[in-house]
Amino acid sequence: MKKIYPNKEVCIGCHLCEVACVTAHSKTKDHILAHNVEKAQEGLAPRRNVAQEGAVCVALSCRHCQEPMCVAACISGALTKNTETGRCEYNEEQCVGCWSCLMACPFGSIRRHPFKEKIVKCDMCAGRDTPACVEACPNAGLVFEDRGSD
Amino acid sequence: MKYVIVGNGVASVGAIEGIRRVDPDGEITVISEESSPTYGRPLISYLLAGKIGPERMQLRPVTFYDKFKVKMMLGTKVTGVDAKAKTVATADGHNYPYDKLLIATGGVPFIPPLSGKDGSGVYSFTTLAHAETLIDVAKNCKNVVVIGGGLIGLKAAESLHDRGVKVSIVELAPRVLSAAFDDKAGNLVAKRLDEVGISVHCGTQATEIKRDAGGAVQGVTLKDGTFLPAQAVVIAIGVVPASSLAKDAGITVDRGIIVDDSLASSDPDVYAAGDVAQAKDLILDENRVVPIWPNAFNQGFYAGKNMAGAASPYSGGLAMNAIAFYGLPTVSVGVVNPAPGEQGIEVADNLDEEHGTYRKLVFKDGKLVGYVLLGEIDIAGLYTGFIRFKFPLDAETKEKLVSGRPSILQWPEGFFDEQFNPVGAQEIV
Repeated sequence: MKKIYPNKEVCIGCHLCEVACVTAHSKTKDHILAHNVEKAQEGLAPRRNVAQEGAVCVALSCRHCQEPMCVAACISGALTKNTETGRCEYNEEQCVGCWSCLMACPFGSIRRHPFKEKIVKCDMCAGRDTPACVEACPNAGLVFEDRGSD
Repeated sequence: MKYVIVGNGVASVGAIEGIRRVDPDGEITVISEESSPTYGRPLISYLLAGKIGPERMQLRPVTFYDKFKVKMMLGTKVTGVDAKAKTVATADGHNYPYDKLLIATGGVPFIPPLSGKDGSGVYSFTTLAHAETLIDVAKNCKNVVVIGGGLIGLKAAESLHDRGVKVSIVELAPRVLSAAFDDKAGNLVAKRLDEVGISVHCGTQATEIKRDAGGAVQGVTLKDGTFLPAQAVVIAIGVVPASSLAKDAGITVDRGIIVDDSLASSDPDVYAAGDVAQAKDLILDENRVVPIWPNAFNQGFYAGKNMAGAASPYSGGLAMNAIAFYGLPTVSVGVVNPAPGEQGIEVADNLDEEHGTYRKLVFKDGKLVGYVLLGEIDIAGLYTGFIRFKFPLDAETKEKLVSGRPSILQWPEGFFDEQFNPVGAQEIV
């Protein structure tokens, strides 16, 4: 199964992945409207975030774990593991905002929605051939490939 | 292979998913005393509060049991396990043979010997049926007393308050949430409860539930002499493992059913998972009953895999609770109240009363072993990672954790690539 792999050796911290992620998850699919309007009005937020420590940076998001702690912790059935696609799927409708997944994920990959009692999590751009963050990365800091495991 | 699972909670769901990862065809039968398909048990407080409707209680889609080829026996009470004959007997007179049995019967509410506890008007709060009952109770009661100031008690109180009931909480310990939280965190929550109008009586206990001549609940008398008028009482002190099936079958039971790293009990064909199990703890080097949701799922999942023949050791449970009280989000993980004078312990905390935020980290022998967060909780998972992976911390990293700046880039060299960028990392560089 294909997954997104971040590489800290070549990430330059440009944040273009975050920009692309926000647009890809917007209603309008328009950079300007997504960033200048939907962020403020709808609480649209990136599912991928660049972490930086000194000179090292890397763009992190959900690993879509084989045995996800978030799914174990989810009390509402909003998070489930799809063993056919490899994705940890999130159904916002079911989420009650209990924050159990956010606590349980040892990779810190889940965040609170800025306004709603809901979480924000990477869906590996369901419906796209290549996730938007990978497409936007200028530098192979993010790659989308099948490495056999997981 | 014939699998029988007793119980239909989250450990049972975990076990079904675990078995099917390994064995696509074995015959799985779930026998449950409860009559509804599996539901998100902690959601009962959301249901009681009116935040969600009954249609959102389900933990898995209705197609789940069909998809995983599971035979469901709902509303069926198991009366005994014959570990020699390898059969499970039910109240309706049937016997179900098994090759591997999972006992996932959970816990039952603990009811203390309290004068007046027997009769109408006294309730528990651990099942969907309890929540449905309390929704009706809330319509007809002005005052309810909740006995127990732990997580279940507080959620029951909050939910009843949302239904327009005047609620009082009675807690034996000097503060609410004595197990999951420390003084400062408990007090912040108590303050929030007080602000919304829930009265909290700590450091005392109920001595009697008063009833009138007809048996109707009149109120609760406390040890300090206070009388709290009420038309109903909710007892939410905690749960005890429902381990009698195992005990009667000759299986080793301490507080809960003792299980090894494969979740097998003293009988190699009988497994246990969830609130009924006394399983390995990730931090403490011992088996403990930690009745929390994620442990129950994980134990079920690993039990399932092992029952199906995979050698998949359970890495151990980690005590964790995430819960919000009137918009104040809280997270508590691992060791949060180390014993006074315990060797190698270091505690760092930071209370910001103005913003209602609190952060407490507990280190042992240079590793993070627990934390509490109130208000600002978004970095919780990163802290959980430091605990779960047991990273030794240098002074600089520790300082960053203490000041609220944990990062995956503080992980030991090599571990990042192992987790996030395995095989292939070298080819790209």
